[in-house]
Amino acid sequence: MLRDITLGQYFPGNTIVHRLDPRTKLALTVCYMVALFAARTWSGYAFMLAVLISAVAASRINGKTLLKSLKPILFIIIFTVVLNVFFTAGDDVLAHFWIFKITKQGLVGAAQMMLRLTMLIAGTFLLTYTTSPLALTDGIESILKPLAKIHFPAHVLAMMMSIALRFIPTLIEETDKIMSAQKARGADFESGGLVKRAKALLPILVPLFVSAFRRADELAEAMESRCYRGGEGRTRMKTLVMRPRDWVALAAGAAVISAVYALFRRLP
Amino acid sequence: MPAVQAENISYVYSAGTPFERPALRGVSFACEKGEYVGIIGHTGSGKSTFVQQLNGLLTPSEGRVLVGGVDIRSSKAALREARFRVGLVFQFPEYQLFEETVYRDISFGPRNMGLPADEIDERVREAAVFAGLSEAELGKSPFELSGGQKRRAAIAGVIAMRPEVLILDEPTAGLDPAGRDSLLANIDGYRDRQGAAVIIVTHSMEEAARRADRLVVFMDGLVALEGTPSEVFRHAAALREMGLALPAAAQIAGKLKARGVPLPDGLYTSAALRDALVGLLGGSYAS
Ligand SMILES: Nc1ncnc2c1ncn2[C@@H]1O[C@H](COP(=O)(O)OP(=O)(O)OP(=O)(O)O)[C@@H](O)[C@H]1O
Ligand SMILES: [Mg+2]
Repeated sequence: MLRDITLGQYFPGNTIVHRLDPRTKLALTVCYMVALFAARTWSGYAFMLAVLISAVAASRINGKTLLKSLKPILFIIIFTVVLNVFFTAGDDVLAHFWIFKITKQGLVGAAQMMLRLTMLIAGTFLLTYTTSPLALTDGIESILKPLAKIHFPAHVLAMMMSIALRFIPTLIEETDKIMSAQKARGADFESGGLVKRAKALLPILVPLFVSAFRRADELAEAMESRCYRGGEGRTRMKTLVMRPRDWVALAAGAAVISAVYALFRRLP
Repeated sequence: MPAVQAENISYVYSAGTPFERPALRGVSFACEKGEYVGIIGHTGSGKSTFVQQLNGLLTPSEGRVLVGGVDIRSSKAALREARFRVGLVFQFPEYQLFEETVYRDISFGPRNMGLPADEIDERVREAAVFAGLSEAELGKSPFELSGGQKRRAAIAGVIAMRPEVLILDEPTAGLDPAGRDSLLANIDGYRDRQGAAVIIVTHSMEEAARRADRLVVFMDGLVALEGTPSEVFRHAAALREMGLALPAAAQIAGKLKARGVPLPDGLYTSAALRDALVGLLGGSYAS
């Protein structure tokens, strides 16, 4: 069913990874990405894989769930790999047909690109799996706050993000419900050509839009009746606090980057 | 042969993910033509999940569903046929309206059935009478109707398919008492006219007591109790344990009996209680 998709979903838990400050996790994710792209040798990839696996293990996220979530991006990964295999310049030609030639450099480059992409996506998924959307937007707002001096609307942006994230599951559920209701009246979404299928979406889209606007209206009224008037002077029930464990984690992130730069930068 | 029959149905939501949740755990059920069945149960007990099995919207992880004796999973055609023979009205059906006019919205189901134009027209008009919608209202946009009228228009959209089994999931939620009574009366009328079976999911014990021939009580994905209203309401303690209350009339009768008023058993509608009390008072007035 529609709601079984796990993209960008949060799996509640109480591990050290879950408890880290969202800002720390955002910073660590950036560190991880930088290190991943800095690593240039096979041992470097092995090192980054070990980092990823230990983070996944510490978060107690099921490895299978993580792998399954890569499925929607599989196409992009395959596409990149194919491009790399065929269009990397090199002189160690292994096979040659028509205008294509497959070189050793191409194969190696493709394999490394695949590793890099999967690890990149798995790492960012780990962030959303272990951080609630609310905590994540709080973290982003807090990081962007200094930009308010140049009139950057950090609060508005964060509020928009949290509302959007909050309503994605609701809208998915609603879509599910409307689809079921129309199926009960004999609507058919699975057969027919492109035009017929596009037309078949109308009975879903119209009620969905109507209800999305209704929800937006209701939400706006609910916020107003609780005196919401933007971010100015607004205090929080849960303020973000950096604890010792956050500093330790950040130091570990810095250590990973330094290690990669010191040890794994040589080109193969 | 039962109009619709479920054999040992189990169902798990989000199977194979960390959010796995068993919602039905071996439910068997049968409903004859013309029967009026009430489904009650605590919130989250699996009522809505169960009724969606009966027209094949959800696929059971175990067990099967027969409509008119045919397994609805035996072929694509059988499944489609079952959708039309078992009409399901969801909770808050007004949110499914989408067409430009009420008329077109009601005709959506019959059009999907591939009926000829004149029959579609006949069915839409008949269903509009059911819903109490006037000719002028048929030409309006469904979004211009009042809440109660929208609900009726949406139900008319299912009625227009003339299902042999009409299932309604909490049809009266959020309606005022007058709207509730007239909607239930309309549903009775449909049953009488078509000889159709009616299955109603409800939270109102009064409604269940007054209208249903048979009650099915759900609890944690299982059928906990089943029988005529008087049989089911006899298990007051068991019902209370499931978080369900007796109808108000049965509660009053119980309290009166506890105080020594000699009332008979099996009083669970206000009409029956009134008659019994009038009988008693009449007798004591006479003496
Ligand atoms: N789409 C879904 N995904 C996951 N779990 C669900 C879904 N729908 C229902 N459930 C779960 O399945 C169980 C049965 O739900 P169901 O909606 O059938 O209950 P119900 O008896 O109709 O309750 P109510 O009286 O509140 O309508 C509930 O515990 C619910 O949390
Ligand atoms: Mg329900």
